[in-house]
Amino acid sequence: MPVILATDIIVYLVFAFIGFIFWSACARDGYARQVWTHIRGNRLAIISALILAAYAGVALSDSIRWRDSVMLYNGKVAVSPENKTIYSSEALSILDRVFHKARANTEKTFSAPMADKLYVKETIELEDGTTIRDYAALKYPSTHLLGTDKVGGDVFFSAMKGVRTGVVIGTGTTLVVIPFAIIFGVMAGYFGGRIDDLIQYVYTTLASIPGILLIVSFMLIFGSHGYQGGLITDANLMLGVFVPSDRLFWLCLIMGITSWTDLCRIIRGETLKLRELEYVQAARAFAVPRVLIMVRHIVPNIMHLVLITMVLQFSGLVLAEAVLSYIGIGVGPEAGSWGNMINTARLELARDPVVWWSLLGAFAFMFALVLPANIFGDAVRDALDPKVNTKTKSGGD
Amino acid sequence: MAPIIEVKNLRTYFNTPKGTARAVDGVSFNIDAGETLALVGESGCGKSMTALSLIQLVPEPNGFIAEGEILLDGLDITRLPEYEKRRIRGNDIAMIFQEPMTSLNPVLTIGSQIIETIRLHQGLSQKAARAHAIEMLDRMKLPSPKTLIDEYPHRLSGGMRQRIMIAMALACKPKLLIADEPTTALDVTIQREILTLIKELKEELGTAVLLITHNLALVSGNADKVGVMYGGKIVESASAKDIFKNPLHPYTKSLLHSLPSITNRNEGLETIEGTVPEPTNFPKGCRFAKRCSSEMEGCSRLEPTLTAENKEDHLVSCHLFDPEFMSESRARPAGKMREPVMDFSRVDDSDAATRPLVLEVKGLKVHYPIKKGIFKKTVGHVRAVDGIDISIERGSTLALVGESGCGKTTTGKAIMQLIDATEGSVLLKGKELTTLNTEDMRPMRELMQIIFQDPYSSLNPRIKVGGIIEEGLKSLKPDLNDKERKDKVSEVLRMVGLSSDMSNRYPHEFSGGQRSRIGIARVLVVEPELIICDEATSALDVSVQAQILNLLRSVQIEFGLSYLFITHDLGIVEYMADKVAVMYEGKVIEYGRTEEVLGRPKEEYTKKLLQAVPTID
Ligand SMILES: Nc1ncnc2c1ncn2[C@@H]1O[C@H](COP(=O)(O)OP(=O)(O)O)[C@@H](O)[C@H]1O
Ligand code: SF4
Ligand SMILES: [Mg+2]
Repeated sequence: MPVILATDIIVYLVFAFIGFIFWSACARDGYARQVWTHIRGNRLAIISALILAAYAGVALSDSIRWRDSVMLYNGKVAVSPENKTIYSSEALSILDRVFHKARANTEKTFSAPMADKLYVKETIELEDGTTIRDYAALKYPSTHLLGTDKVGGDVFFSAMKGVRTGVVIGTGTTLVVIPFAIIFGVMAGYFGGRIDDLIQYVYTTLASIPGILLIVSFMLIFGSHGYQGGLITDANLMLGVFVPSDRLFWLCLIMGITSWTDLCRIIRGETLKLRELEYVQAARAFAVPRVLIMVRHIVPNIMHLVLITMVLQFSGLVLAEAVLSYIGIGVGPEAGSWGNMINTARLELARDPVVWWSLLGAFAFMFALVLPANIFGDAVRDALDPKVNTKTKSGGD
Repeated sequence: MAPIIEVKNLRTYFNTPKGTARAVDGVSFNIDAGETLALVGESGCGKSMTALSLIQLVPEPNGFIAEGEILLDGLDITRLPEYEKRRIRGNDIAMIFQEPMTSLNPVLTIGSQIIETIRLHQGLSQKAARAHAIEMLDRMKLPSPKTLIDEYPHRLSGGMRQRIMIAMALACKPKLLIADEPTTALDVTIQREILTLIKELKEELGTAVLLITHNLALVSGNADKVGVMYGGKIVESASAKDIFKNPLHPYTKSLLHSLPSITNRNEGLETIEGTVPEPTNFPKGCRFAKRCSSEMEGCSRLEPTLTAENKEDHLVSCHLFDPEFMSESRARPAGKMREPVMDFSRVDDSDAATRPLVLEVKGLKVHYPIKKGIFKKTVGHVRAVDGIDISIERGSTLALVGESGCGKTTTGKAIMQLIDATEGSVLLKGKELTTLNTEDMRPMRELMQIIFQDPYSSLNPRIKVGGIIEEGLKSLKPDLNDKERKDKVSEVLRMVGLSSDMSNRYPHEFSGGQRSRIGIARVLVVEPELIICDEATSALDVSVQAQILNLLRSVQIEFGLSYLFITHDLGIVEYMADKVAVMYEGKVIEYGRTEEVLGRPKEEYTKKLLQAVPTID
């Protein structure tokens, strides 16, 4: 029986979008095609795209989950007295299942990457009854790629679980920000007058409330019940097919609401400039309807700003999650997230000898997402700029 | 006397993906103290690159000086180390640029920018530098320099900014001043003031000046010597007087003949077909051969050399002046068809007054409210247009002239109903426009269109040319099906001299002149009866301007179009207009037939305007 969280929808949407882009790049002569022909020769961008795709794939595999039916010893499916199938109390995602070993093979406590002994000495009782203090052997030596954490969990697996959180935070917030910012920014800039005053009023008000306050109160109201992250079991929430209340979802929403104002302001300014340009005047002279002017002449010419701002913000969002988790209002403490990993790493770094691999794991995973996102974003922006784009084409032949 | 600057066989090259671009390809000249050399020629023939080479600012890393010497007071500056060059820049050689709006830093006060230059190069104390800066501003005839020095650039007009640029450039008394199109972005009246200023200061300080311009008329009266550049070379050089009196090179002649004026108003302007050759791929032989109307058979095989003709200082590079070449068989004309001169003679004008009026504007006013404070209270009005009456008959052209800021553009836009008139009426073919709503206005938009000034910002960079031209059709003639629309687009592209397969390209793939044509095609395709041209050619080279003006004239004659021509170039007015309206501070102060207004101006302002116009004499 599948279990779908509210944030899964975001991941599915991202995939639908990627699929659409892919399809239109193959099939038609549009922006996607243009981007593809431009990027094809750029090895760095291709590698970045592949890395991003890998991240998206991990996020997707961690967003498709279901509860197995409980098997009886005789190999039959267990049924309730009302003749309904009984499902296990845990919903495991594909990722959980693929990395089953990493998930289940926990040690006692810290161990260094690929070590075969624990990282801390403990008292071991020998067969002859004497006790010594030594590094105990691991139960699963040389299997933990990034070592284990305090409670013996595999760090690599935690970092993998953080992928979905990072991707959801980055794209989910972006999904909220972009429509708000574009619609309001373009409208404010293009129409001016009352509409402009109103929109400006709204976003200045929003921007003048410290974002953190807004996030804290919002999360306290909406985020404190429902799914808090971590293992999905019917012990910690009512498991239906769809779980609408998901702390991560509320987090995306509120982070989107607090961060669309910057982009909106940028877009408004640019629209003010564009609206006076002669091609917009010319369109007006042709009695082209206003909505069409905005869609054809304004929006395509601000997309590069949207792209740059969003790529920069994407990195910021992934990092903001860490900060918010640190003060306890981000994703729940149970949830696998890089922010949580960094938080625990803070204490681990203070101990002696230093436990560095949690931080390294979180950092490496974050870096490997943010850097390709930036490179790929740049490449897409160039590809969408007709100037750069056709110049390289003619330069090539 | 030794020349201040002596350039010997300068070659500045660029590495590009298409090969080496020979932007400057063997240029030699010298300038004495207190002398002005003007470099003229179409854009893309190497003028600015010559200037940047002189000041040692060839764009890195692709550009480099491949050969040649630049002797400043006898010292070759191309071989100096970078820190020496930096000392020379600004101290010995200074430069002012075309765009006064972007060449000053908007976040610093004028004073701090001038003082910075002075202190950097002369090591004066802050106080002394400030005093010196104020003195320089005063010299530039800027009003109240003591308060002006603490202003920010955006508070000033273009002309004032350009003066400040000159003040900065001259603050360190350079030996050579390079002015790259210093007045192209400015009005005629201001243009003249700026050039006079440069001339006076040059005489006073003994500075040598290199003036770069594409406006030939500016050269006369402001330069002592002229070098005509083409394809990275100087093809003719002579004293300013000789260039105009006795031009020798076919290119020089064509440039001079492509200027519109009253004398050639009944015929097509001479155009130079084609475009300047790509510096990566110069043709063999004479670089002008492809476009030259006197080309001879041998021209494209053998390159002419720059030799003296008539006088010692009149050099020309053309086989026509090589007696040896001319005595041989290769001097046979290449048999080019000469374009017949287009006949634009005006139809008998006597009935003009009785022809139906296309446009009638009565008492048009546009006032912009000035708002202040957080509550945006209206504290006053800018009277951009303050009651004007004009009318245009079918098939005729009215020119609206005046300096920038006098309300010309606003008038055009108010007539187009792109901004709301505060008062007054606009009648298009007898129909009042100011009271129409958006829907009722739609059919009227078909009758009246506008062509904009800037060929760069008037086309959406993200839409292909075909889409740009179709836009008006889609909106105004929605009954057309796809095929009819495509046919119309191809037809209009051909009409403006472009090929129909260009509709699949993006605007940036075209030159300025081609973009102007696209802008015109976009308007012509909806078949309007009245076209408002707002400075439609002022951003273009004279040769391209000639093509555009010819195009506008021929479609006018063919379709009986009417024009409202907004311009500050009186040459164009003389050439194009039947009637002229002179605008000053939002009002029309003189209005009448072209010959009368320009020939016998009544108003002081009109006279001043006419005097300011640079002319060739
Ligand atoms: N949107 C505006 N708000 C306030 N003043 C304006 C605006 N647009 C133009 N003006 C003013 O109107 C006057 C006329 O401008 P314009 O029509 O552009 O002149 P021109 O076409 O002759 O250059 C100028 O003084 C200018 O500052
Ligand atoms: S050399 Fe020949 S082609 Fe070149 S300018 Fe002279 S006549 Fe024309
Ligand atoms: Mg104007």
